[in-house]
Amino acid sequence: MRASRYYFLGAGLAIALSGMANSAMAQSEIKIGEINSYSLLPAFTDPYRKGWQLAVEEINAAGGIGGKKLVVVSKDDGGKPADAQTAANELVSSENVAMLTGTFLSNIGLAVSDFAKEKKVFFLAAEPLTDAITWAKGNRYTFRLRPSNYMQAAMLVEEAAKLPAKRWATIAPNYEYGQSAVAVFKKLMSEKRPDIVWVDEQWPPQGKIDAGPVVQAVAAANPEAILNVTFGADLVKLVREGNTRGLFKDRSVVSFLTGEPEYLDPLKDETPEGWIVTGYPWYSIKTPEHDAFLKAYQAKYNDYPRLGSIVGYETIKSAAAILTKAGSTDPEKLIAAAEGIAVPSPFGEISFRKIDHQSTLGAFVGKTALKDGKGIMVDTSYRKGADYLPSDAEVEKLRPKE
Amino acid sequence: MAFYVVQFLTGLASAASLFLVASGLSIIFGVTRIVNFAHGAFYMLGAYVAFTLTERFSGALGFWGGMVVAALVVAAVGVLVEMVLLRRIYHSPELFQLLATFGLTLMVEDLVVLIWGPNDLLGRRAPGLKGAVDFFGQNIPSYDLFLIVLGPVVLGILWLLFQRTRWGILVRAATQDRDMVAALGVNQKWLFTSVFAVGVFLAALGGALQIPRDAVNHAMDLRIIVDVFVVVVIGGLGSIIGAFVAAVLVSELNAFGILIFPKISIILVFLVMAAVLIVRPWGLFGKQEAAARRTPGLTVNPWRPLTSGERLAAMVALIVAAALPLVGGNYALTVGSEVAIFVIFAASLHFLMSVGGLASFGHAAYFGLGAYGVALLAKMAGLPMIVCLLLGPLLGCVGAAVFGFFAVQLSGVYFAMLTLAFAQIVWSIAFQWVAVTGGDNGILGVWPEKWVSSASHFYWLSLGVAALVVAALRVMVFSPFGFALRATRDSPLRSEAIGINGKRIQWTAFVIAGTAAGIAGALFAYLKGSVFPDNLGISLSVDALVMVLLGGVETVSGAVVGAIVYKALNIWLVSQTDLSKLVLGGFIVLIVVAFPKGIVGVLETIRNRRRSASSKSALVTSRIETAE
Repeated sequence: MRASRYYFLGAGLAIALSGMANSAMAQSEIKIGEINSYSLLPAFTDPYRKGWQLAVEEINAAGGIGGKKLVVVSKDDGGKPADAQTAANELVSSENVAMLTGTFLSNIGLAVSDFAKEKKVFFLAAEPLTDAITWAKGNRYTFRLRPSNYMQAAMLVEEAAKLPAKRWATIAPNYEYGQSAVAVFKKLMSEKRPDIVWVDEQWPPQGKIDAGPVVQAVAAANPEAILNVTFGADLVKLVREGNTRGLFKDRSVVSFLTGEPEYLDPLKDETPEGWIVTGYPWYSIKTPEHDAFLKAYQAKYNDYPRLGSIVGYETIKSAAAILTKAGSTDPEKLIAAAEGIAVPSPFGEISFRKIDHQSTLGAFVGKTALKDGKGIMVDTSYRKGADYLPSDAEVEKLRPKE
Repeated sequence: MAFYVVQFLTGLASAASLFLVASGLSIIFGVTRIVNFAHGAFYMLGAYVAFTLTERFSGALGFWGGMVVAALVVAAVGVLVEMVLLRRIYHSPELFQLLATFGLTLMVEDLVVLIWGPNDLLGRRAPGLKGAVDFFGQNIPSYDLFLIVLGPVVLGILWLLFQRTRWGILVRAATQDRDMVAALGVNQKWLFTSVFAVGVFLAALGGALQIPRDAVNHAMDLRIIVDVFVVVVIGGLGSIIGAFVAAVLVSELNAFGILIFPKISIILVFLVMAAVLIVRPWGLFGKQEAAARRTPGLTVNPWRPLTSGERLAAMVALIVAAALPLVGGNYALTVGSEVAIFVIFAASLHFLMSVGGLASFGHAAYFGLGAYGVALLAKMAGLPMIVCLLLGPLLGCVGAAVFGFFAVQLSGVYFAMLTLAFAQIVWSIAFQWVAVTGGDNGILGVWPEKWVSSASHFYWLSLGVAALVVAALRVMVFSPFGFALRATRDSPLRSEAIGINGKRIQWTAFVIAGTAAGIAGALFAYLKGSVFPDNLGISLSVDALVMVLLGGVETVSGAVVGAIVYKALNIWLVSQTDLSKLVLGGFIVLIVVAFPKGIVGVLETIRNRRRSASSKSALVTSRIETAE
């Protein structure tokens, strides 16, 4: 016990000293703290990291932020909210970062956003989809880049409502993301199509779907259309069982995120055709902004971008734009700069709304198809985020007063 | 009607894959008494190796041959692990092998990403079994039919192996009574190695067979390992038929359960396990474990209270620790608070595990209940912080009282698994009851009040509470209650004969440990400002086990050292590298080999050896020899 206390002190000293060494360097550079689930979700976070590294390189090549070099200090949270907070604390207390960015999982995004509120730090959430982060549990220190659950649902509902199908079933992972995706989709869909009946719902545990019985149970309810929210390995299992058992034959399927290369590419030649999905068809976007991004990305990594690459790239680009506009690292000035700021992106110009701090980054909606033994998105069109958000009056009601 | 038949067959197919992996685990445990946490890692390796082989060699021979070769390759890896690592630690304290296999699991998770890349991999479909068979308008995948047949075939082969071969007879004998088998001159080394190889082969084969249905990914191991443990325990440890029946039971209940309660999958196996263990304490087909011949009391150095010099030293150490705010910044202090909180948590598990002899696999439940207690009181009732801190842990206390009552009726691994089941039930309530607990988005905004909101004040609070709790638990170890508890641990029959009510003593210890864990959880909620279902989860329970084992399960202060070393190292590694699991796993494996009794255990042995050499105390020397 005695010896142990000394280790403890030694560790403390070491950490304190390294902290001092860091702050001496801080004059000529601006630091952004970045947190993500690198070890838990490498399939998404690897391209994401490549994306933001490209952004950092471009920003510094163009002279940095107000003449100062931009440095991103990146930490892994291992998929645990508590560890994300430890990392956030280290970034703020020891690394003296100007702002926090990143996070993937919704609960981690919320944990860091609550930390940001308590410690009065600017936080730009990159990936988390939960509506709570900008609405029910929103706070003035937190901004979010990716189109939220609500926005993705609204984009899909627009297409789904055109389908003749009346009997619908849902399959979604049993956690907040799946639950709220289904709830929003059902609400918006029933508003547009009061004639619809919901005949079955399946809630397999995230990452542990027992696909055979689930597919069989959905088939037994005999729906005309299916809403799918599963992704990753669960999606692969669901698609394989569904294909073999003929679940998707003569049925329409609407599916969240499935068009993103992260989730579509692993399906290879088993990609089901004709699903209505949100995603990122990097191969068919023909705009100058995207061409420039694509060329730079492929030149640097000799690989194609995933949606994560876009999110990582745009997170740091937005952060840099906010820092440049604010001309300061004071959180209040950053908030003032970020509210309403317009930033260029590979998908065209986006802005961060003053009312709820949500960015207007959109997503592509299209249909899945098979080409040369690989899954792709066809008939794609870009949906601007701004068109799929509720009215300001509704948002006012959703967000807590401060 | 056809639908129900097909649903039944689908359940059987799921059962077959579960059974293959579970049977391997069951055999390994039965003979070597190793709780092989790495079994899931071998399953995953089997899938990855099979993926590579089947991509490389096409055709029916390439596919089926690839599966078998993959399982053989992984079995060879298993043999290597057994010979290099596990052989060194068979004589370590119970469950120490769990630590080694846990370290391995961590390493494998990072290694597969390094070798095979981060993307999910889609394996080939089985040649000839790609389609489905029509059954009165319902489709049954032909691969499912193959699995349905394969399960009983493997069961039959294993049965023949165990009933009709000399090796099988030895394995069964060792399962019933290993000491007797050793005394009869059987070469245990090779028996254990061969059993381990067979077990790993089955796990890897189970993984390889998933290729046509699953996506090969780096999280496969965690997905299966807990379920497999549960299946083995429901069936009865060491019983192959039990594992088969349990796999079928669990899979069918799931297949039909989701028709009525679509959200049942998340908790089903644990509900079944809790129900089975309460009714049948040794699983469906298990028998009561033969009483261990070695009296554990003789294998440890006798415990004694601190001498006055050591007490003084502990006080000095505490004062030095309390001086950290003079030199450390905010981050160091927050890490310090977190370490102090985990010292409480580890000490509480240590009290149950080392003093009470009851290893809990679900101790995080009481930590998390304490945290949720605080969060609910603070957010819903709006009580002041000091009241929350005092009342919050009571939720942990109540939880421990209820679950402990059932759990202490069992012992050994069955006790451990019942605590795990209870913890998972509590976890799923926190996860599902969105209206109260916020589900997996948790409860936010549980920040400390002004008087302790600065990092240094909170650090002093955590350190002070940690010192008090550790001291209190230590006093209890050397109180009459502690002696009664240790007596019950070391010899239930003798302690009963002198009038000790063993079950009640153990129950009390469970409640004390649960309450102490609740105190840690309560502080943790304020440290992080939020509470999530994670705080009740399996990985936190495993962390606590690792801390106690790392420090030394047979020592009095091991938990404190184990918690400090593990937590500080963990935080540092996660901050420094994305490969933290690989490094941490490697470190644990090294510790296991270098300190086969835990850090404090080995230090104490060295010190005692020195002391006994100088004082020539014959009694102490002989005891230590028994220990080795």
